[in-house]
Order: sequence, then structure tokens, then C-alpha cells
Amino acid sequence: MAQVQLKNLEKTYNNTNKVVHGLNLDIHDGEFMVLVGPSGCAKSTTLRMIAGLEDITGGDIIIGGQRVNDLTPSKRQIAMVFQNYALYPHMKVRGNLSFGLRIAGRPKAEIAAAVDKVAAILEIETLLDRLPKQLSGGQAQRVALGRALIKNPGVFLFDEPLSNLDAKLRASMRVRITDLHRQLKAEGNSPTVVYVTHDQTEAMTMGDRICVMQAGRIMQVATPKELYNAPANLFVAGFIGTPEMNLVEGAMDGGEFVMGGQRLALGNELTGRLSGQPDNAVLGIRPQQFSLVSEGPALHAKLVNAEFMGHEVYMHADCEGRRLISVVGAAEFEARGHSDVIRLRPDPKTLHIFDKADGRNVSLQPRGIAA
Amino acid sequence: MTDFPMPNASTTGLDQAAAAKRARMDLISSVVRYALLFAVGFLMLYPLIWLVGASFKTNSEIFAGAGFLPESPTLEGYTKGWQTSTPYTFGRFFWNSFLIILPKVIGTAISCTMVAYAFARFDFPFKKILFGSVIAVLLLPNVVTRIPQYILFRDLGWLDSFLPLWVPSALAGDAFFVFMLVQFLRSLPTDMEEAARVDGANSLQTLVFIVVPMLGPALVSVCLFQFMWTMNDFLGPLIYISSVDKYPVSLALKLSIDTTEAFEWNRILAMSVLTITPALVVFFVAQRYFIEGISAGGRKG
Repeated sequence: MAQVQLKNLEKTYNNTNKVVHGLNLDIHDGEFMVLVGPSGCAKSTTLRMIAGLEDITGGDIIIGGQRVNDLTPSKRQIAMVFQNYALYPHMKVRGNLSFGLRIAGRPKAEIAAAVDKVAAILEIETLLDRLPKQLSGGQAQRVALGRALIKNPGVFLFDEPLSNLDAKLRASMRVRITDLHRQLKAEGNSPTVVYVTHDQTEAMTMGDRICVMQAGRIMQVATPKELYNAPANLFVAGFIGTPEMNLVEGAMDGGEFVMGGQRLALGNELTGRLSGQPDNAVLGIRPQQFSLVSEGPALHAKLVNAEFMGHEVYMHADCEGRRLISVVGAAEFEARGHSDVIRLRPDPKTLHIFDKADGRNVSLQPRGIAA
Repeated sequence: MTDFPMPNASTTGLDQAAAAKRARMDLISSVVRYALLFAVGFLMLYPLIWLVGASFKTNSEIFAGAGFLPESPTLEGYTKGWQTSTPYTFGRFFWNSFLIILPKVIGTAISCTMVAYAFARFDFPFKKILFGSVIAVLLLPNVVTRIPQYILFRDLGWLDSFLPLWVPSALAGDAFFVFMLVQFLRSLPTDMEEAARVDGANSLQTLVFIVVPMLGPALVSVCLFQFMWTMNDFLGPLIYISSVDKYPVSLALKLSIDTTEAFEWNRILAMSVLTITPALVVFFVAQRYFIEGISAGGRKG
């Protein structure tokens, strides 16, 4: 019912400054879609165009089968949660929640019932008679959420809603929002969510699917698992995952990857799925896919720094003048990490080869290439 | 070894002596500063204090000395002054002032808010040129427009009525207030207005329910300025109003100088005191909002 489709969506400021370059995106009914990317990638602009707060320069936005380009925000079946909460400072929480319904001229009894219901869901019953300035950040965020929820919209739009909260609160609000989405789905409402964030942890943990954007273009749209395991290009590979994926430049030589004086055998499985043999290749290795070995084929590196994180250790090592980050278990580090030269063996099944020229991942299974 | 200074008996003794000296210097400096401030403040306020004092003196005593305390205080200035030389009491003139001020202040607040909102939040053709002309009007001396305005209002048949005083303000004619509100609005975040649009409010509802409450402090300043300027306005009523029964207090004061009461200074001073009282009272009551409003630039919503 509330499917959102972007068709060749474009945005140009002042006729010259093009910030959104023909986006095509299908967001399914009831889906939790996260738009993620570094600042300035036009993810917020895209969201504001969906909301109707920003004019569209080109293309179409279709919500629930209806072209909404020229509709006002209130006619688009949407509700929005803003980064700074945007609560009306002179109205009490009750007034903030009910403003939309009062403007629509609904009967008083209906409004009161709706306010009570939303307040109960978000556990803000005790805050109803407070002003926004008397609320903490987390409480204000819940009220902002309630103001969206009370409209029972087809599409929820979130614009970096958690970025003003501290880390602990952010983690609990993350769960609260996804729980709420699941709860609404279970009740048969099936609201679609478009959630903008620059934080990849939020993107990975919350989204059914994630749309990674850069400079007004879509880099990849996929499930969190697929983004992590099969990044379509160098940008997505470097953006998703903590610590970042190691991206090492080198050359392909038969079944081996040559970096400086060292050669790494790629194995038959990987060479079998290569769709090209780039001249300048970039090898992508997740820090978590290294094992610390004492013998056998491996990359030899000099340990520069080790960050102890409790159950695991982030090792920063120098390999042929390149910095490699690896994450190994604390026990593994204790057993084999205390030497000048460490041996890091990557799992060949999880390696990625990128073409440096266009950034494309040439080691994906054909079915793994996403839009 | 470290060269960090360790406290010992002699240095603490020195510290205590230095601290005592500093405290003494601070005290002397405060006394001097406050004495100076009081002296200058008194000097500045003296004419006002003298005005209040002299309004209780007899006519002969007023010019006898520069002191402000009346020797034999009398209310004669007030009682006689209130009667005036016209068929009307001073109360009538206060009522006229009120009749001019109230519609003017309300009209200014409404019209300037709407114009400022349009300039601050919407894009429309020729916006830059129009805003430029608002600023140009701000810089234009009032006298330049007096004659064309007079002829216009004469042709409309509005002379000797309050209309020439009300109408320009009700059409956002006071460019200064428009400018002030635009600046205040520019400092407010637009998030709340966008949230209201998403909530289904149209532009007018957004203005009334969201923007106006946030504009509160600036609007109080606008109303206060307009109140005081209208109360003190002499030239406007002088040009447009000719019947004595429509005179506001500013003209009524002049009236008492012109006619037979030319030398009844205590009556004039007594009525002057009454005339400045409303402005002073309103100012002190609304002082907090007023200062918030004119220092609006740095406010975050």
C-alpha cells in the first residue's frame, strides 16, 4: 500500500549545482530502508524530497502508486522525525502530539484517545504535561517519534534521529525503533520506513535493506549481510564494516596477488569466480578474516600497534609499507602475537578483488551483483 | 627532582599578605567605580527628577532655584492642569492617545509579522528588489514623504481623523519593524515550521500557531517601540488632526503653552509627568521581554 518508488530523481540547486544524479530506488511496502553515506552525499536531500520539503528538479516520486511530485507534505501519507526533534517549543507534549490531528479538525475525543494510545506505546504518559524544554534528549526523541506515530502514516521518514543522543541512549533507541516497526507490522499496519543516517552501525543493525550513497549517486542497494559479504565496489567495501576493510593495491599474476616482495595465493575458488583480470588490482581483506599462524603460507608483517578491546585485539601491522588492520581473539594474540614478525593468513573464500580503474568488485558471484 | 614550588611557611605568609592587599584594592576600585556611576547617573537623570519635583512647586518657586525639592508641595499644578483651558479635561486627551495607539500597535504587529514572514521564509519574484526597497524606506528621512502623504490623505478625505495615523502602520509601513522581525526570524531554525507542514498546517496556520509564539520576544519589542513612539509622536497628529476634541496628549501639552496658560509652568510640568508615566510603566513591566527582543540575533530556538 505504501510502496515508495524513486524514478530518475534529480535535484539541482540554483540551476548549476547538481546534488542528486538520477536516483532509481524501489522501497517495498513495510520495508525498513536505510539511506547511508558520508556527509554531503545528498541522503538528507533525497529524504526531504520524499517528504515534500524540497522541490524536485527532475524525475518522479511515487508513494502507494500515486505520483506525489506536486502534493504538499501532508497529502503524501508520510510522517517525519527530524534530527533536532523539531518539537514546538511553546506547546506541551500533549499539544505537540496532537497538533496534526487538531489541524485536521478531528473530534476532541478521538484526539485524546489517540494521544493516550501513542503515549502508552512510547511510555511517555508522565511527560504529557511538560514543555519540550523540560525533557531530556531521549524523552524529546520519543515525543518526536510519537508525533509521527499518531498520524498512522504509510511511510515514516527519519532524518538522522539519533545523532544528538549519547552512545548508550542511541543503542537503546535503535532497538526501540526497530521493535516498534516490528510491532506495527505484526498489527497489520505494515508501515514503510525510510531512515537516513551517516552511522553504518545504525544502518547495519536496523535496515531490512541498505542503500549506500555517495555524492548523489547510489553505490549499492542490498541487505546488510550482502553489503558486508559482497560489496559491489571499493566505496561500499571501505564504508561498511568496523574496522574498515583492508584495501591493498597490487598486481594479479596468475593465481597469485603480488604486493611488493610478497605473493599471496588466491586459491582456485576465488580465481574461478573472477569476472576480469584488472591490471591494477586492489585486494580487499576484512580485518576479521585474518588468522594469526605460526607457519605455512601467510603475509609477513611487522606488528606496529595492538589495541586491546577485551575479548579481541586490533592489530596494526606494517606489511611492505602498507598498514594492515586485523582483529584476532585475545587468546590467539597471547599465543602468537608477541613476536616482531607476525604471520597473517587471510581466508581466501572471503577475499575480494577490485579493479582499481573503476572500483568494481570483479570477484563477485554473478548473482551477487546488486543494483 | 622536580622544581614544582612546594608550599612552606614563608610563601603562605606572603600569599596571605598579597591576597589581603588585592582584596583592599578591589574594594577601593569598587567604591570609586560606583561613586562615579552614581554621580554621572544622577547628572543624567537630574532633569527628570527636577521635572517631577517642580510639578509639585508653585509657579513662583519654579524659577527661584535649581533644587528639585518643593518648599511647600502643592497639587495645584495637577488639579488645574487636568482641567485645561479647553472644554475638555486632560482625560479626554489621554483617551484620544489611547484611540490612536491601540489600533496602530495591533495593526503594526499583525502586518509587520506577515510581511517579515514572507521575506524570511518564502521565495517569490522580485523578492530581493522588494526587500531592498524596504531597507531604502528605512533610510529615507520622514520629512521627504510628509507632503506627498498629506496630499494623498487629503484627497482621500481622511484629514482630521485618526486614519492617516492608523493605516500606514496597518500596511506594514514601518520598515524598521519589518527589518527587525526578518532578522529575528532568520535566526530561528526552520525545523518546527517544516514539522508543522508535515503535520498538515498551511502557511497561515504555521504562521499563527508556530511562528508567532516563537516570535514572542521580538513582537513585544515591536509593540513597545510602537507604543512609545506613537505616545511621543507630535508631528503626525499636528499635521493631520485639527479639532481639539481629537487631540492626543502630545498636542494637548503644546496647547497649554500656546494659549492663556503660557506662564502656568507648574500645570505644564504636572501634565508632562502624567504624559510620560504610561510609557515608563509599560517599559518597566515589559523590560525583560524587550531586552530579549532587541538582542535577538544571538538567540537559538
